[in-house]
Amino acid sequence: MSKRTPIAEGSEWTFAALDAFEAEIGHIAADKYRLDTYPNQIEIISADQMMDAYSSVGMPVGYHHWSFGKQFLSTEQRYRKGHIGLAYELVINSDPCIAYLMEENTLILQALVIAHACFGHNSFFKGNYLFREWTDASAIVNYILFARNYITECEERHGMETVEALLDSCHALMNLGVDRFRRPRPISADEEKKRQKEREDYLQQQVNDLWRTVPKKKQEPEDKWPRFPAEPQENLLYFIEKNAPLLEPWEREIVRIVRKIAVYFYPQRQTKIMNEGWATFWHYNLMNDLYEEGLIDEGGVLEFLQSHTNVIYQPDFDSPHYSDINPYTLGFAMFSDIRRVCENPTDEDKYFLPEQAGGDWLETVHHAAANYKDESFILQYLSPKVIRDLKLFSILDDESDSAIKVTAIHDEGGYSQVREELADQYNLSKQEPDIQVWEVSLRGDRSITLRHSQRDGIPLDEDDAKEVLKHMHHLWRFDVHLESVRNEKAHRVYHCNDEKVWNDSENSSQTTATS
Amino acid sequence: MAFLIIDRRQQGKQKSAVNRQRFLKRFRKHIKEAVADAVTKRSITDMERGEEISIPKRDISEPIFRQGKGGKQRRVLPGNKEFIRGDRIDRPRGGSGGGGGKASNQGEGMDEFVFELNQQEFLDFMFEDLELPNLVRKQLKDSDSYKLIKGGYLREGIPARLNVLQSLRGAKARRIALGGAIRREIKSLEQALGELGNDEESEQRKEITEKLDRAKRRLNQVPFLDDFDLRYNNMIQQPTPTTSAVMFCLMDVSGSMTQDIKDLAKRFFVLLHLFLKQHYEKTEIVFIRHHTKADEVDEEEFFYSRETGGTVVSTSLELMQTIVRERYPSDSWNVYAAQASDGENWQDDSPKCYDLLVKSLLPLVQFFAYVEISSGSEQELWQTYSDIPEVFPDRFAMRNISEPADIFPVFRELFERKAT
Repeated sequence: MSKRTPIAEGSEWTFAALDAFEAEIGHIAADKYRLDTYPNQIEIISADQMMDAYSSVGMPVGYHHWSFGKQFLSTEQRYRKGHIGLAYELVINSDPCIAYLMEENTLILQALVIAHACFGHNSFFKGNYLFREWTDASAIVNYILFARNYITECEERHGMETVEALLDSCHALMNLGVDRFRRPRPISADEEKKRQKEREDYLQQQVNDLWRTVPKKKQEPEDKWPRFPAEPQENLLYFIEKNAPLLEPWEREIVRIVRKIAVYFYPQRQTKIMNEGWATFWHYNLMNDLYEEGLIDEGGVLEFLQSHTNVIYQPDFDSPHYSDINPYTLGFAMFSDIRRVCENPTDEDKYFLPEQAGGDWLETVHHAAANYKDESFILQYLSPKVIRDLKLFSILDDESDSAIKVTAIHDEGGYSQVREELADQYNLSKQEPDIQVWEVSLRGDRSITLRHSQRDGIPLDEDDAKEVLKHMHHLWRFDVHLESVRNEKAHRVYHCNDEKVWNDSENSSQTTATS
Repeated sequence: MAFLIIDRRQQGKQKSAVNRQRFLKRFRKHIKEAVADAVTKRSITDMERGEEISIPKRDISEPIFRQGKGGKQRRVLPGNKEFIRGDRIDRPRGGSGGGGGKASNQGEGMDEFVFELNQQEFLDFMFEDLELPNLVRKQLKDSDSYKLIKGGYLREGIPARLNVLQSLRGAKARRIALGGAIRREIKSLEQALGELGNDEESEQRKEITEKLDRAKRRLNQVPFLDDFDLRYNNMIQQPTPTTSAVMFCLMDVSGSMTQDIKDLAKRFFVLLHLFLKQHYEKTEIVFIRHHTKADEVDEEEFFYSRETGGTVVSTSLELMQTIVRERYPSDSWNVYAAQASDGENWQDDSPKCYDLLVKSLLPLVQFFAYVEISSGSEQELWQTYSDIPEVFPDRFAMRNISEPADIFPVFRELFERKAT
């Protein structure tokens, strides 16, 4: 192929150059790699605006809340002090796909960022099954706008402090605002607006029915009452929205808004490795293609490689810089490795990844990106070579043991275990405490009992748990109990209005309080 | 592919401003404490900048259900060097590395949330609840009074506003512009006429003379002054301040004022100065420093120049009185004064000071604050002034400051917002 001339010279970017890069990269991405994307909307922003975007957790418009201010102040402080650099880009799962690019980026960085965000992340948002099922990219911006206006209206009607306190409580339970095992309906701002009034009335009526206290003709004995809820409920916010006895209709609507936003972010929380890995994998390939076509020169490709190397740097576990496994590193290593396994499989690969070895690499990576989340992706595709390259090892920190034990390393006997445990590390339902609504005392004191099922004997963080219970109480308005259950026995019991914690070591004969 | 690049840099710079304000509002108690603390510790030149505020992380945390320590926790880590399966590692001090990786997200074990308060916010917090006492809204004539000031020129207006100079200047420019070509023509025709010599009555000469006459007539037709040239003064209505106040800062810079005392006095004025700048944009400030003789000086000189000598306090009071009479008649100005001194005075001068204050100055001012900076017993001036508060309880206040930390509380006390 005859070399073409570079798109632009020097390190300063221009709008014309961005345009040209987007077109060229888009051309390669679509024709050569079959990346299917939403239309791009690139927005050039300053550092201040980037901090703004950070603090609204990547929502283009957010409702007002002090916690976003806290986020902003913290980012600003660390940025001004030089503790952190700001991201080169921030991309939003919307249609058109909005990508914020920092004005400080050099020409090459802008090209890199366009490849990374506008084609990598963008195609992941569009293709991955979690995003397809859980979010509706074309509706999100409108929905958030609706939410923001609604909350502003509530603030005007009911006072800022009241609304703020309610949001505080909802935020505390936000992670427990998704149905892990059921798919939500896509959201639409128009529909929400239209149905909101209807829903308010209907909902209130439902709740009223539930709490009707008019005695029935024949009083049945207490234990004959049907249990409520019939099954334990994992979606606390949903349960509150539908069943909390004293919430006003507008309060239920706000609970719903927070819940909907939690749902919108749920896929992102489960695909950090894949999303970043996919975007990094593609910017790496796309930038190299640009270089091969002569659209960027040697200086440009060196600058790109330097940035790329920084992005995928993984400090060792014993380094002072270590904080966690770098999702860019792991994701990039895995996607690159899938390509390697397809193109040049070794005997080991044929044994560990028989389906992929020798296959069509483009087909294989597309399949992986579309149909997996972090946990299943690692379980399916993490090859012994990546484990060796990153020198991964598993440890077990058992409180009954005096030392931490190394349970598996990158050797023949350890690959499977490392792979499984690493997958668990990205399994939200194993990393976050499993807390469900256990029982509501319908005819008694209206108290609600939550149940935490301990996994591997890992307890709750007590200070936080007590605080969250206060928030739960703020929403439920009656007593809230939380049983932390280990081996079918209540290990600890927390109460919303009580600093004292019931501990099984003091009272080991007692079993679970209810049921 | 539909594709769009938007330049957002010019718009919406402070999208988070509202959230930031909400944060400050929510934690105002913490922030106020931190600000008060910072004010007492800071040096003078330092006052006009923001402040780093730290709040205990615990107080601002957003709790969620998290896994705690304990039980069997498994982790996969990168960068193995010498471990093999079955190795046992001593627990690092300060707890295990568990917690699902959540805890290490932010701030690596710091238990303070630190952020920067900008200058404006810092000053707002510093001066919260403060107000100059007895600020009477003395209105100039009527509250909607406007002053006309010149604001450029207009093409239309009433004859009385005609600006002759600008109009003629424009007319001249127009005449030059319009007449240029004709004048060039005349010039060349005259030249041609000259070249023809004295050949009378030649056909050619007649033609040129005719042309010349026509050109001269055309030149005369360019009007001296056209409607187009007229310019009128534009007058803009500017609202005049409805309240105006003047603050007199009096300070002793005599030999008896040691550097430490001067520093303290300066700090007091810095605070005062900032306070006025903050709250009363239409406030004027007069700086008077004195030793045996009083001078009105500018801000820079007031705080930073050095003078030595004896102390005659009355000179400054006299000067203030003169200035008030001349420039700040009390029917249109609220006059405030603050005097800082180490309390020493030339003995025979003190009764004079007392007289000046009670008889001449205090009736003129809204408020007079005397701050004595001394560590220990009351000084000459304090004793002199000590019964004035009884005579003018709402106009005169005096306080003693002995160390930097005293300044802010005293300052607040002096200017505490009075319940109305």
